[in-house]
Order: sequence, then structure tokens, then C-alpha cells
Amino acid sequence: MNSSKLKGNLCIAMLSFASLLRFLRICIFEHLKCCSLLGCKSYGTPEKKQSPDEKVFQEIKKSRNKRQKPMGWKCVDNCCWIVGYLCTTSWLLLFLLYIVPVSLPGLKGPEIPGARLKREGLVANHPVVLVPGIITGGLELWEGKPCAEPLFRKRLWGGWGSGFTDIFRRPVCWMDHLSLHYETGLDPPGIRVRPAPGLVAADYFAPGYFVWAILIENLAQIGYEDRNMYMAAYDWRLSFQNTEVRDRSLSRLKGQIEIMYATNGDKKVVVFPHSMGAVYFLHFLKWVELPAPVGGGGGSGWCAKYIKAIVNIGPTFLGVPKAFATILSAEGKDISLIRAMAAGLLESEFLGLQTIEHVMRVSRTWDSIVSLLPKGGETVWGNLDWSPEEGYNCESEEKRQLQALSKENNTRSSTDKSLFQVKHHKKYGRIISFGKEASEVVSSQLPTFSKDFMHSSTSANSSTSRGEFWTEYDDMSRENFQKIAENKVYTTTDLLDLLRYVAPKMMQRAEAHYSHGIAENLEDPKYNHHKYWSNPLETMLPDAPDMETYCMYGVGIPTERSYVYKMSPSDRRKGIPFRIDNSADGSDSCLRGGVYFVDGDESVPVLSSGFMCAKGWRGKTRFNPSGSATYVREYRHKPPSSMLEGRGLESAGHVDIMGNVALIEDVLRIAAGATGSELGGDRIHSDLLKMCNRVNVPL
Amino acid sequence: MSLIRRKKAPESKNQEASDANLTDDENKKKKQPLPTKKTQKSWTCLDNCCWFIGCICVIWWLLLFSYNAMPASFPQFVTEAITGPWPDPPGVKISKEGLSVKHPVVFVPGIVTGGLELWEGHNCTEGLFRKRLWGGTFGEVYKRPLCWVEHMSLDNETGMDPEGVRVRPVTGLVAADYFAAGYFVWAVLIANLARIGYEEKNMYMASYDWRLSFQNTEARDQTLSRIKSNIELMVATSGGKKAVIIPHSMGVLYFLHFMKWVEAPAPMGGGGGSDWCAKHIKAVMNIGGPFLGVPKSVPGLLSAEVRDIAVLRAVAPGVLEKDLFRFQMMLQHVMKMTRTWDSTMSMLPKGGDTIWGGLDWSPEEDYCHGRRDHNHNDTNTPDQHKTKNHVSPDKNTNYGRIISFGQKAAYAAASELKRIDFRDAVKGKTVANSSCQEVWTEYHEMGYGGIDAAVEYQVYTADEVVELLEFVAPKMMARGSAHFSYGIAENLDDPKYDHYKYWSNPLETKLPNAPDMEIYTLYGVGIPTERAYVYRLSNSAECSIPFQIDTSADHAKDCLNDGVFTVDGDETVPALSAGFMCAKGWRGKTRFNPSGIKTYIREYNHAPPATFLEGRGTQSGAHVDIMGNFALIEDVLRVAAGATGEELGGDHIYSDILKWSEKINLSL
Repeated sequence: MNSSKLKGNLCIAMLSFASLLRFLRICIFEHLKCCSLLGCKSYGTPEKKQSPDEKVFQEIKKSRNKRQKPMGWKCVDNCCWIVGYLCTTSWLLLFLLYIVPVSLPGLKGPEIPGARLKREGLVANHPVVLVPGIITGGLELWEGKPCAEPLFRKRLWGGWGSGFTDIFRRPVCWMDHLSLHYETGLDPPGIRVRPAPGLVAADYFAPGYFVWAILIENLAQIGYEDRNMYMAAYDWRLSFQNTEVRDRSLSRLKGQIEIMYATNGDKKVVVFPHSMGAVYFLHFLKWVELPAPVGGGGGSGWCAKYIKAIVNIGPTFLGVPKAFATILSAEGKDISLIRAMAAGLLESEFLGLQTIEHVMRVSRTWDSIVSLLPKGGETVWGNLDWSPEEGYNCESEEKRQLQALSKENNTRSSTDKSLFQVKHHKKYGRIISFGKEASEVVSSQLPTFSKDFMHSSTSANSSTSRGEFWTEYDDMSRENFQKIAENKVYTTTDLLDLLRYVAPKMMQRAEAHYSHGIAENLEDPKYNHHKYWSNPLETMLPDAPDMETYCMYGVGIPTERSYVYKMSPSDRRKGIPFRIDNSADGSDSCLRGGVYFVDGDESVPVLSSGFMCAKGWRGKTRFNPSGSATYVREYRHKPPSSMLEGRGLESAGHVDIMGNVALIEDVLRIAAGATGSELGGDRIHSDLLKMCNRVNVPL
Repeated sequence: MSLIRRKKAPESKNQEASDANLTDDENKKKKQPLPTKKTQKSWTCLDNCCWFIGCICVIWWLLLFSYNAMPASFPQFVTEAITGPWPDPPGVKISKEGLSVKHPVVFVPGIVTGGLELWEGHNCTEGLFRKRLWGGTFGEVYKRPLCWVEHMSLDNETGMDPEGVRVRPVTGLVAADYFAAGYFVWAVLIANLARIGYEEKNMYMASYDWRLSFQNTEARDQTLSRIKSNIELMVATSGGKKAVIIPHSMGVLYFLHFMKWVEAPAPMGGGGGSDWCAKHIKAVMNIGGPFLGVPKSVPGLLSAEVRDIAVLRAVAPGVLEKDLFRFQMMLQHVMKMTRTWDSTMSMLPKGGDTIWGGLDWSPEEDYCHGRRDHNHNDTNTPDQHKTKNHVSPDKNTNYGRIISFGQKAAYAAASELKRIDFRDAVKGKTVANSSCQEVWTEYHEMGYGGIDAAVEYQVYTADEVVELLEFVAPKMMARGSAHFSYGIAENLDDPKYDHYKYWSNPLETKLPNAPDMEIYTLYGVGIPTERAYVYRLSNSAECSIPFQIDTSADHAKDCLNDGVFTVDGDETVPALSAGFMCAKGWRGKTRFNPSGIKTYIREYNHAPPATFLEGRGTQSGAHVDIMGNFALIEDVLRVAAGATGEELGGDHIYSDILKWSEKINLSL
């Protein structure tokens, strides 16, 4: 494994070398073209003419040749020579790389956990279902506009292989095809983009950037293969119910689970949802047991019969605050959206404007992002003065990571700061504040504006030409933005109102599919509507007392929790009116670049992934009437120690955790039949329990 | 060019003049550069190489760049400029008519065309996890051939995975859309289906491990169960519309097996009940189906000389005769490998002499001569007859003799043949010596005696070919005969026919009870197709395979080329094999088709691609290329969109299949 990584690194080096070559080529290209022509002349012609000429003339020519040759060498041939030389060496190196023995002695990395567990005697037992999250699933084109002709059945998203150049040649066309219809949230006319099926749908997001691949490889070690492993690929852009309406994804998932159950000797399946997949599967659980027109018609014992355990990896049960920033200003670093779409360009004025507008225009047509908005309102996420995470010590994380490097230097400074820290808590409940002061002052000092303006209509100048990059911001007037900014602070509940105000059509479309509240009375028949199914605070778990629910996620990485915003420079008429205030930096590491951080896995705060398993569903509660067992398994982040390790064997990043050795071991044991208590029950590193105690949800 | 020279010439002349006035010092200086000149010369040697490479690279990049910058429709534009506008792809044509997606479709790929990937292997396969061993680029074949052969082989005794190796079929449409880069199999059909609205949810590729015997795919991978469930799922999610099944090549036999399996009761079958097919299947559109087997599979098993679909094309092109690069060795490895694949035995000719002809008759016997009369206005035929062959051929070709040793035996009258029975022959001392043991084939256990006995029998008909194989490769055939049968049923109600080994033989099973179902057979005609072979003993080294096709045997008038007799067909499957069941065996209510399922024959006459730019042609009739045949695609699309066989225009026949079927005396 390690040697293959080394190979990968070498490959990268080689690629950069190749690009350097290409650059060189471009630099000297113009020279070359004329030079090579010249070169031909200076060699070819004189020699031909030599024989018929007189002696004197020959001598003349000789001397001329003498003189010209060096000149020719300098211009033409040096260029050609350099190109040739570089080519040859690169080929040589490539060749060497190719014939290098696959496993160099001494470079053997640590054994992969699958091989070790296999020796322990673990074998494939329960069939497994993998449910990918947002962004990581592949999408391919089935029907498109003429500009996308050569992309038929090629990947538009994820797992880009050779077709990637095709995409880069026509980025606008690509964007068009990834968007959905703004009103319906389904396909735009004439375009059909469908999820890629099979394990390849989400094994690698891009070449070399694994998502499920490592886990699949380890599962294969103990005997899993296609027939007992299924990737429940779905179109992650759609709202969950629409995946059923359009693609029959839920029906197919149900069918596949039943097939696997039947063909593997009536063994229940173990489901591994990742990220948004956790919420998707929650939706599925409810859907499958309900009668046919709205649901899957599986009957009330379906889950109990077919599902052994649900192992949520980095679940976004209560949403991520990041989603607000994504929708409001397309600035969320959500799971890898921006990283993939516009690395670094965002800040630059050049091109950046277009990119970010495009991103916003496209991502706002995706209903699924709304499913990631924080759920549970102020009860869970805190209000102006209060939040469950208050008192979280950001420095301690830093300290823990730094300790390995320099112990003595750090202890003194951090103790100072942590003393200082205790005095005032971060106001995480204010998810968006305009200006740094607004995020810190006591709530009584905040200016009190009525938020009524948000309920008035916004038709300021909707007649303005909807240009190429139309977002609903273009329908609003500057004064409205001003009003929004003057209101200073927003909690989750306020933010939902704000979104309804700035993007009414999008929210209207999406809120038919999602709800973000807390149920008063779960027996209320209105909760049979599909929009509540993906909110763990508004649905009950199925009646399956033997089913186990796991929450496995990383901790120890600062995770976005709330934001400091500012108005964009006013000279820009069009465009996104708000920006994260990058200049806002706190006295400690909790506030950096306009973002307040808490503990989490870089994308999902601990509270969101852990709360349901630690409190909401623990024991017999109204959300979990059958009292099925829940387990919390946390994995502390440890950055990769060397280059060779790649993305780390003990990383806890939202996606990187899929390569975490400890997690893989747990996953394999569960798949091979272990129960949660055999695994060792809960394993909690963070302050999750403390936070949960502060959240006052009636159970 | 000349302009530059002229410009420079006077300059150098001036310099020459000035050179004359040089002082001694300068002369010295002039001499001094000599050593540098020398270094320059040594430079040029290395330099020229680098310069050359540089030039080539630059030109290459330039071309690549212009190729990439070229609009994608450029090749099409050029072609259209040359050959006139292309016809609309059938998908576009049909969707203009207003037809759209209706029935879910299921593809059943054939042998060889499906991809296989590695799930577990020995140490030599590091880095190949979940990479394709078969299909795709075949890069591994060249990199580590022995390792590859080892992993592609199955266990010689059980016909299942060897210890510690798991090679599994690729799933999804990608399993068989392209066999190798650019070599389409299903891709064109899929693209056209997509144009009328099909997508992943109503298309299903029933990929299976084509190396295994059919029943073993169920035993190991539960493939049949999964196909059953997936068809049920698709029918359910498409609002109860029955599925259209499109098997290709060996997939035809596989699906025949499936139809029997799915209705058989649970332990051996799928337990779907006796009306499963009636409920779930609208039509079975067999493309290039080798219902009665292909003669080609015989030399494949006998001497690894199968040119079938792509094996050899991919593994050992051309150089078979020489031991260059140890190709013989490789060939033996290949043979050892292919002999572990049970599925190859499903393609042996079925129905024996009744179908394929005896010593002096065969259903297609007049094909060659009939064709010659049509094509040439025989001016010089009689002369050639006399000069070329001492044994003047009969009026008809002896296709029934599937294998003859020597051209003489192929033409001799039945009464003249002196055949010594090989069945009881002593196989003699084993020829295998230590050097050969690495490449084990059963020939080495046979010994010279056995080989000679096999040759002395001289001529083998379809029935005897099976016996010959049992003689030369007893273990393989023992394994195979547990899964396949090649006879004709006397009484189909005999309970022994409930065994799965009969299910893939159309002459030993009944079609399911589904009167509304339709069965199509779609195949190409007009390409010479292997039908019978002339063999000889090979004279090369000990380790090699003792028999070889006698490539010197030639008789143009008699469709004998390079030791192979050819008939009409699609290059792989003779028309007889593909068409007979639908033309006669299942036509109307017969004992093989008790419920009277309607059958349709759709033949497509081969027309080679007009220009190079057309690629593999839109009117090809070749076994795999036919999947890009526009007429065939249109038929498939119409049926998928709901048309019946009658609406399609019923039978569509170019060959003499009906006449040939008449000659076959099979009780129905």
C-alpha cells in the first residue's frame, strides 16, 4: 500500500514535470516552428549543390557552413535538443517507474486492517449497503444539449477520468447541465443527468481522491464482492422524495436490499450511510414502511426484518451551519464543492465574480442543500445569548496537536489563554452576525429592529433583465440588503426567515420537501408527509428493537459553526450582496477569517452528528419508541505524519475518515456480525455529553 | 529558401575576402577552433538523436493540439462530404416518429464480451484490485502474462474459483458496452435506446461470469437469482410493463437456461412458478444466437485455434506457427486456460448428425455450388477442377465431416473411408516430460498411441466430435457433461430433463408456457463462416499441441480456405445454428414449443463499411459488429417501444435457412 502511494507521489512529480515540459514547449514553440524550417535549409540544400560547383565555391561554402553551423545550433537545435533531451529523460524516468518492482523491500506500509482481521477469522457475513453523501456521488449525462454531445454517458460529476478535458472546454455548458429546473427542482427540459450506478459511483471522487475505495478494499479482504455489497447511488442534487419520483431510487434500494437478503441466506443487511446519506437513509426508513402511494409499501415490519444495523459515518443529522453560508453567499466550503469548483479563485476579482455567481446559480437549484440546513432551531443550535457548545476551548485542540511538536513552549501560553477564555463564551448561537462586534456584544446591547420587513414582499424591481447569471438576488433592491445588514445578528430560526426573504422561490420549492423544526406531537398525522421524514426531530425510528444505530464521526478538527458577514463593496450593482468578513480574527483560534469554529470533523459539528445517538434516540424516547440501541463512536483526528501516508491512516476529516484504520476495523467487525456492545459501546472524546445536556429537547 | 541563401551568400563572400587579409594571429585563432569543432562533431551524433526526438515530439504535440482544438463533429463532417449525409441514427428516427420508452430492457452479453475484474488475487496482482482483467485495455496481459493466465483460469476439477483467487463479473452497463477502448459491443444500442428515453432505471445489463457453466453462476454468484429479482424490480417500477430481453451470442443460451431455471421449483431452480415468464417477459430478441452451437468451438477446444470473437485476436495474433517469443508456450497456456472454462463447452454443436449432417450429407451441402453458379458464369471452372484436385469433389460439400484429417479424407466418398475406431485405443506412454509440466494440458497424458488413434479415424461428424473430445480431454468433458448436453430429446416429458444440464439445449427443453411472449432471432448473413475443418498432425516440438488446422488445404470452389470449410453466417455462427429453431424447431405448436410462442426471423445482409471513416459500418452483419447495424437497432427499438413482430413485418430472410431447415429430419 505504501509503495503504491509512493508511486502515486512519483506520478504527481512526473505530471508536474510534464507540465513544466509543456510550458517550456510553449515558450520556445514560436522559435521552433521557424527554426526547424531554417534548420532543414541550412543542412539539406548546401550538400546537394556541392558536387557541381567549383572548388572555390566549395571552399566558400565550407567556410560559410562553418560559420552558420554554430549559429544554427544556437537557435534551432538547442531548442530541439532541449525538447528531445527532456522528453527522453522523462520517458526514461517513466520507464523506470514502470518497471520498479511493485513492492520495494523496506517500503512495506502497515498492513491494511482488512488483512489483519481476516487472519483473525472475520468473514463476510451480513450484506452491506453503502449510501454515499452529497457531492461525492458520480453523475453522468444521458441526454443533453448539442454542446454536450461527446459527453454522453460520461461523468459530469465525480470520478472524472479522461472526459475531464471535455468538461473544461465547455464550462458553461457543463454548468447548464448540472443545474436543475428552478421551479420544479427536477430536470430542465431536454437534459437528463443521472446518477452513475454501481460501486464506481463513489469509490473515487477524482483520480487518487478516494471516498469509499479504501473501505471497499478492506471489505473485499474479508470476502465481500459485488453480490453482497451494494452502492445505493442516487442523484444527490434532488430532494429525497424526487429521487423516487424521477429515478425510482428508493424502490430500487428497497429491491436491492431484498435481493441481497434473499441471495445471502436471509442475512440482514448492514447499511453504511455517509454524510447526507445518513439523512437520506432516514428518509428511506420512513418511506419504506408506509403504504404504497406515498411510501414503499413494505409494511411495518420491514426494517426489523431486513436491517441489522445502520452505521452512520459523519452523519449530518441536525444539519450543518455551513449550508447557510453556501446558500447565502456560495461561500460554504461544503464538503468539497468549492474545493472542486473554484479553488482559490474566490477572492480574486478577476474571474472570481463569475465563478462564484455560477456556483450560486447552480447550487441554488439543488434541493438537497436545503436538507443540510440546521434543524431543531434555537433549541438545538442556541439563540442570541446561549449555545450548547459555549465554553468550548478552541486552544485545547491546537494544543493537543502541537504537543507532539513542542511541549514546553506551549503549555504556558495556552493556560493563560484558557483562563482568559472562561470569562466570556463564544456566542455560537448567532450563526450570522454582521460585523465582528455584533457577534460578541451582550444581546441587550444589540440594536433592536423589527424583523417584519422579511415578511413583506420583495418585488422591488423584478423586471430587471435576468442576465446570464440570474439569482434571486437580482430581484431585490439595495435597500433591502441594507436592511438585512442592519439587523446585525441572526440565529437559525431567523436565518430560515431570511432565506425565505432573499430566495423565496427556492425556499418555496425546497420547503415542500424538507422541514427544519422540532415536532410537538409525533402522532400528529401531518408527520406522515414526506417532508418530515429526513428530519430526525420530526420522525420516529421504525419499530425495530433489534436494529442498531451507530454514529461514527471524527473529532478534533475546527469546524465552521457561525460566521461574521459584511456587505460586499457597494459599487457592484449585481452579484452577491454579502460576504464573509475575512478580516475578522479573534484573540484566539476560535474566530479565524470571519468564521467561528467548534469541534467536529471539518464539515459537521459534533453536535449535529452525535446528538441523536447520544441523547435523541438513546433509550426509549419519543423519537425512538422501540428503544433500539444506539452507539456513539468518535475518532480523534491525527494528521498524517509523513507525505507517504497520503491522506492519513488516522485522519478524522469528513471524507478522509473513510480511510481511518480504527473506523474501518469497527465497520468490518459490524459487517462480520459483531454487535455494538462487542465493539466496546460508546467511545467519546469530545464534550458531546455536556453539550447534549444543555440541549433541552423534550424526549 | 533560395531567398535566404542569396541573401547570405554575398555576406559570406565578403567574409571570405576579408579572411584572405587575416593576419597570422587570426589564422592561429582560426586553427584553434578546430578542437571545438571536433567536440561539435561528437555532439552532433548525440545531438541529432535528441534533435530528432525533439522534432517528432513537437510535431506530435502540434497534431495533438490541433486534434483537440478541432470541433468534435469534424470527422463526421469529412465523412459526409465524401459519402453524402449520414442517415439519422435509428434512435433519432424513431423518436421523430413519436415512439418513446415503454418496456424495460435487459441485455444479456455473450461469451468473451463481458468484463471481469479482480476481487482477490495472489501477490503478483498487487494494485489490480477491482481493475479489469478482461475487457478494457488488456494491459496486464502484456505486463505479466503468466500471472494473468493464472488468475483467468478456473479450477480444473470443479470449474470454480481456484484457491485464493476471486475474479468477478463487472456489473452495470459498463460491463459490456465497450469490449476494449473504441471497440463497441452494446454501446451503440444503448446510445440509441437513450435517445428514445431509456436510462439506467429501465435498462439492465445481466452480466455474468461467462467462464463458468450456467448453473455455476448461480451457485457461486447467485447471478440467476439476481437477474430474476432485477427483472421483477424493473417490471414493478415501470408500472407493470413486461421486459424485453436482448441476449447476444452465448447470452442466448444463458437466457434459455434462465427461462427454464426461473420456473423450476426452488432447490435447483428459481421457484418463480410456471407463469413467471408469461408475467414478466414480452419478447426475447436473440442477436446472433448460437442455439445449436458453433463448429468453431471444436477447434477451439481441440487445438486452441479458435478465432472466436476476440480471444486470439487479443492474445496471439498471427504468429502461431513460429516459436518466436515463446508463442507456442503462450498458446498452450491459453489452451490450458480456456479448457478450464466450462462455458466454452456450451457452444459445441448440438443435435449431432441429425442437425449438422453425416458423412455424406449436410443441410447446407449445396450452398457453395449454388452460390458459385449465381456469382460466376463458370468459364474456367472445369479446367481448374481437373488440374487442382485429384479427388474430384462431389456435387456437394461434405460439411457434415466437421473434422477430417487430411484434405483427402474430407473429399473421399463415405464408402472409401477406412476408419479405425479410436475409442478403445490404448493411449500409450505419456509424452510429457519435465519441461512440459508447467503447461499442463491433457494431451500430455494421452501419449503417441492415442494421438495416432485419433488421426486414424480420419473423419468426425458432429456426434463423433463430441466423442473425440471425450477421448482427448476426458477430464474436461467429464466436467462439461455435468452441465451441458448435446443430444436431441426423445421424449421431453421424461423426468430426467428436469436436470439443469439440459436447460441450455433447445433440443432438449420446452419453451415456457407463455403464449403471448415473442421470440425473435436476429442475425447477420452473407459472411463466410467456419463450418468444418481439415486437420493435420503438427510436427513441432514435444510440448506443443499435436493437432493443427491444415492451412495448406485450399479449394476455392468448394468454400475451403486455409483448411476451413465455410458456409453462410455471421462470421462466427452459421445461419443454420442461429435460425433453425425459429424457422422450424419452435415454429407453430411443436413439442419444443408447446404453447405456440410466436417466432420471427430477422436476417441482416452484410454490407461492409463503404469507407474507412465509417468505422465498423452501419450495415454490418458480423457477429459483434451487427450490434451497430442500424436496421437491427431500429427493430430492437420498435419492439422496446411496444411493437409486435407482425408490426415489424414478420420474417425477413435472405439466406436459404428455410430450405435447409426442411432438409433436417427432426420430429416435432
